[in-house]
Amino acid sequence: MRIRILAVVAVLVSLLSGCGYNAFQTGDEAVKSAWSEVVNQYQRRADLVPNLVSTVQGYAAHEKDVLTQVTAARAQVGSIAATPELIKDPEAFAKFQQAQAGLSSALSRLLVVAENYPNLKADASFRDLQAQLEGTENRITVARNRYIKSVEAYNVSVRTFPNNLTAMALGYQVKPNFSVDNEKAISVAPKVDFGATKK
Amino acid sequence: MLRALFALCLLCLSSLVGAQSPLAVPALSARVIDQTATLSADQRARLETRLSAFERQKGAQIAVLIVASVGPETVEQYALRVVEAWKLGRHGVDDGALLLVAKNDRKLRIEVGYGLEGALNDATAKRIISETIAPRFKDGDFFGGIDAGVEAMIKVVGGEPLPPPKATSSGAGIDFETLIGLGFIAVFVVGGILRAIFGRFLGAGVVGVVAGIVASLLVSSLLLGVLAGIVAFIVSLFAGVSGLGGWSSGGMRGGGFSGGGFSGGGGSFGGGGASGGW
Repeated sequence: MRIRILAVVAVLVSLLSGCGYNAFQTGDEAVKSAWSEVVNQYQRRADLVPNLVSTVQGYAAHEKDVLTQVTAARAQVGSIAATPELIKDPEAFAKFQQAQAGLSSALSRLLVVAENYPNLKADASFRDLQAQLEGTENRITVARNRYIKSVEAYNVSVRTFPNNLTAMALGYQVKPNFSVDNEKAISVAPKVDFGATKK
Repeated sequence: MLRALFALCLLCLSSLVGAQSPLAVPALSARVIDQTATLSADQRARLETRLSAFERQKGAQIAVLIVASVGPETVEQYALRVVEAWKLGRHGVDDGALLLVAKNDRKLRIEVGYGLEGALNDATAKRIISETIAPRFKDGDFFGGIDAGVEAMIKVVGGEPLPPPKATSSGAGIDFETLIGLGFIAVFVVGGILRAIFGRFLGAGVVGVVAGIVASLLVSSLLLGVLAGIVAFIVSLFAGVSGLGGWSSGGMRGGGFSGGGFSGGGGSFGGGGASGGW
């Protein structure tokens, strides 16, 4: 009798690993670590902001608008705790993404303004900060891409048969992914302006 | 009608294949890959020896890739695909770096592995690009720019405390595993011959003794030598039972002996580095 129960349990366990349970665990961990990297890089960018603002202030103190916008966006980003739970909640996730996008656009406005100040552009520490910012933006892109891929793999494993039965029974859900937040802007053809050639 | 449909299909297919297809990542055949014939063979060899000497001394892998254009992607995207495919730097240390030049795009990028992000940080990489490489490129001096840039990268990375490179024996790169594999082959081949001469037991005995002596000389440990001798004895004693046939080249692994080739050590990248133009 005992042996029979053991056999049944063994069969059930082997079924469990065959029906995607282990794939969920592996995928879940991969998503989590990819997410940590995203948060890590966003944090790195947020850490650069105070230095950047104070450097720009030294040369262009009267550009109050842009500077306050950046500081406000930075504060907005800081107010959202990027916990691992965030990726389970699509709404909070969207909010997080929105705040980061706000900081992105504020920072790019700041850099556009900086173009008007030759002394600022020549400042060594500003140039270093700018290089760090560029590098960090690229790291963010890379981290986001890797997160998107890991979520995709996880979601596929949750939604394909027969794993979807297991997922339904055990309550594993599809994770939210990054979306292109300016889809409209992308679908409009870029305006080419030959008047303003960059050198 | 059918013909029109066929033509339409062809058109769709060709537009799929053409235009948007991103540039393929070239195979990692050397440390310096030049697809534009900008560098002379001599210059390439000079960079190559400099970089391989640096890897022997420090362990870090630096590679140079010159392409005509990166295609529809940005230089950052292409550089990342290249390093993800090449895996420069040692596994776990991640001390790889790539200098990518897109000649017709007039863009370049230094892509830095995780392990080097501290030394060769974004600001430093940017400075190397804009102060060392770009001015020379502007004058059309591509070799000078790349040479000086590589030298600057080496200098920065050289100051970073990294784990010492593995003390592999010179050049050929025979490691311990290959040695054991070779030993097994030798035992089988030589054992087969000796068995034919002396008969099974005596032949195996001779093989055991010889293998023991050779092994103890190689690893300079008597205990290991005796152990190897016993293993060799047992192996050659029983090897004859199933015949020698299938064993002639089992242990030879392609990688170790490809001679002069270069491969990434398994390092990973996260998009660190800097880009620039000239």
